[in-house]
Amino acid sequence: MKRLALTLAFTLTACHAGPVRVGSKNFTEGVLLGEVATQVCGAAGEHVEHRRQLGGTAVLWRALRAGSIDAYAEYTGTITAEIVRGADPADLPALRRALSAQGIAMTAPLGFENTFALGVPEGLAAARGLATITDLRAHPDLTLALSHEFIGRADGWPGLRSAYGLAPRDVRGMDHDLAYRALASGAAHVTDLYSTDAEIASNHLRALRDDRHYFPDYRAVILYRADLAARSPACARALDALAGRIDAPTMIAMNAAVRVSRRTESDVAAEFLSTRLRAGATAAEPSRIARIAARTWEHLAMVLSSLLAAIACAVPLGVFAARRPRVGSLVLGAAGVLQTIPSLALLVLLIPLLGIGVGPAVAALFLYSLLPVVQNTVTGLRGIAPSLRESAEALGLPPRAKLLRVELPLAMPSILAGVRTAAVISVGTATLGALVGAGGYGQPIMTGIRLDSTATILEGAVPAAVLALVTQAVFGWLERRLVPRGLRDG
Amino acid sequence: MDAIVELRGVARRFPGGGGLHPTTLSFKSGATTVLLGPSGCGKSTLLRLVNGLLRPDAGDALVFGTPVREDTAPALRRRMGYVIQDGGLFPHLTGFGNVALLPSWLGWDDARIRERATVLCDLARLPTNLLERYPQSLSGGQRQRVALVRALMTDPALLLLDEPLGALDPMVRAELQRDLREAFAALRKTVLLVTHDLGEASHFADEVVLLREGRVLQHGPLEALEQTPADPFVTRFLSAQKSLWGVGAA
Ligand SMILES: Nc1ncnc2c1ncn2[C@@H]1O[C@H](COP(=O)(O)OP(=O)(O)OP(=O)(O)O)[C@@H](O)[C@H]1O
Ligand SMILES: [Mg+2]
Repeated sequence: MKRLALTLAFTLTACHAGPVRVGSKNFTEGVLLGEVATQVCGAAGEHVEHRRQLGGTAVLWRALRAGSIDAYAEYTGTITAEIVRGADPADLPALRRALSAQGIAMTAPLGFENTFALGVPEGLAAARGLATITDLRAHPDLTLALSHEFIGRADGWPGLRSAYGLAPRDVRGMDHDLAYRALASGAAHVTDLYSTDAEIASNHLRALRDDRHYFPDYRAVILYRADLAARSPACARALDALAGRIDAPTMIAMNAAVRVSRRTESDVAAEFLSTRLRAGATAAEPSRIARIAARTWEHLAMVLSSLLAAIACAVPLGVFAARRPRVGSLVLGAAGVLQTIPSLALLVLLIPLLGIGVGPAVAALFLYSLLPVVQNTVTGLRGIAPSLRESAEALGLPPRAKLLRVELPLAMPSILAGVRTAAVISVGTATLGALVGAGGYGQPIMTGIRLDSTATILEGAVPAAVLALVTQAVFGWLERRLVPRGLRDG
Repeated sequence: MDAIVELRGVARRFPGGGGLHPTTLSFKSGATTVLLGPSGCGKSTLLRLVNGLLRPDAGDALVFGTPVREDTAPALRRRMGYVIQDGGLFPHLTGFGNVALLPSWLGWDDARIRERATVLCDLARLPTNLLERYPQSLSGGQRQRVALVRALMTDPALLLLDEPLGALDPMVRAELQRDLREAFAALRKTVLLVTHDLGEASHFADEVVLLREGRVLQHGPLEALEQTPADPFVTRFLSAQKSLWGVGAA
């Protein structure tokens, strides 16, 4: 509990002091722009942190409003669709006014536009004669593999479908990067893409023309907190100075450098700064061992602090629940409901309360760990033979002694099994912590999926699997240590 | 002097039937009273009312002159030992752990606990080295001896024994009967012992309380029950038991 409180306190205070924090969305261009913003602020002499690939618009916007980050790159069309609903994306002064009413400043456009488009493999497009989105109406047999964000947002698939009267037979939601693979393998035929995607060229796709001008203006800008101008004027100036400096070919080239040439974002951004902005920036990449060590520490810290906090709360709750069946079923019910909330949803719900970073991740793992531990504590205590319970009572042991010396030791095998379940679940679930900037093994997994790099995925997946095995082994050892010999077989 | 155990109009009904009708009784101090009667007549219920594991619906059980209530029970229980049919030993503790549990919580030092345990093991004819074992690796008779030592550690003046020999085979049972009787005599305890076995009753009893369907039919020495039965059931119960005994002995 103390650890959790500390983590929370740390997250909250960190929102208002310390380094400038740049966030980025969960795709290459977002990370690149975040890296550029980070490095220009760094070059301006500011201490900056980059919280990479935090998620979609909703997460980034909330984090920005809550002050967990100070800046991130956004697109005008997204702002009018998701943030300042109903405004005209072409009317920048109106947008700026609406944002500043919420304490957020917006730079002038950076110079390129990244609008939605639908992409079809070149060969298929030639065979079917597809050039515009309207042409798709005659081919309802084509499978659409669309990113979850595109399917979900009002200005994405739902609007597009009705604007063009499309009625494809098969539409699937998929990770954006996986969708390219589906297209390459022929498992799907059409995907949403961004006009600056490196893959348009590298995957030999044809972007279908938006002949009804459905997609709005998606000019890239940087949003930052209005108070940044006071806290770090140099940084705010540096961000404003990015206006008009990144044109579409530059952006496509940077995307391709990362996605096709497999260079790191920080490296590509540093090159952009030195060649285009003549600003010096360094991009030191830690070694693989150092990276894995850092991820391991982040992962373990998340799992251990949430687990310890959960044990500290759940065992007393379980003891209480075992004594009062009515309260007990309430407690178990509540913990059960928590368990059914999908982890991603829980993380997003926690962001307004706890900001981003370790806080919401630890809180979510804590909440998930409660049920197995409470439940097994209750089961263990209720499973004690009545004759033993009576013997303890009849001996004249005070309630505390009865609990500590008799009941909890007798329930120990069951409690430990619950903790073990919680730990194994946490080791797996903690990989999602990367979605809210908590780091851990999820970070390389997400980066690897984004970059289509198996080596990078394995850098997270292999240690995660090893950690799960180690967890099992540690609990095997703990069981030998903590379960009294008289309760073991033989 | 007041009796060590006294029941004043104690009654307890169970929702499904059974229990104890209002009962007023006082047990002879320093003597062994055997609670006798057919299965389900309320013998265990009576013992549980004495040590407060059950609350009476009416009346009071007085132990050492104090009514057994929620607040008084824990302290009173440390002055009465309780042994049940299978001993109720805690499986997660060794014999010694079981025996030392209450004294160590009360702050006794280890030497004192060991000394006391050794004395009681002698009395209960239990080799002390068996205390190092966990209950699962003790025989039934050894377990009952450990349970008895545990109950006697804080030197309670009162012992409540609920069929302490019920689960043992006849050889072990006879041996333990003899050992127990010698121990009771040596310690001058007030003992309430439940059995439904007349042979065992005659072996232990200074006095007998015969129960039937939650009522006390007769209270007195066994001879009085035989010679001046208070109810036809007393004679029927005794003779049924005797014929059983006779068949068994033949
Ligand atoms: N906790 C309880 N709830 C409901 N009924 C109970 C409870 N305890 C005992 N009874 C009932 O009360 C009656 C007396 O039970 P008790 O255990 O005192 O019998 P007993 O004389 O000890 O029998 P036995 O010789 O079989 O042990 C029985 O009918 C039993 O079913
Ligand atoms: Mg009984």
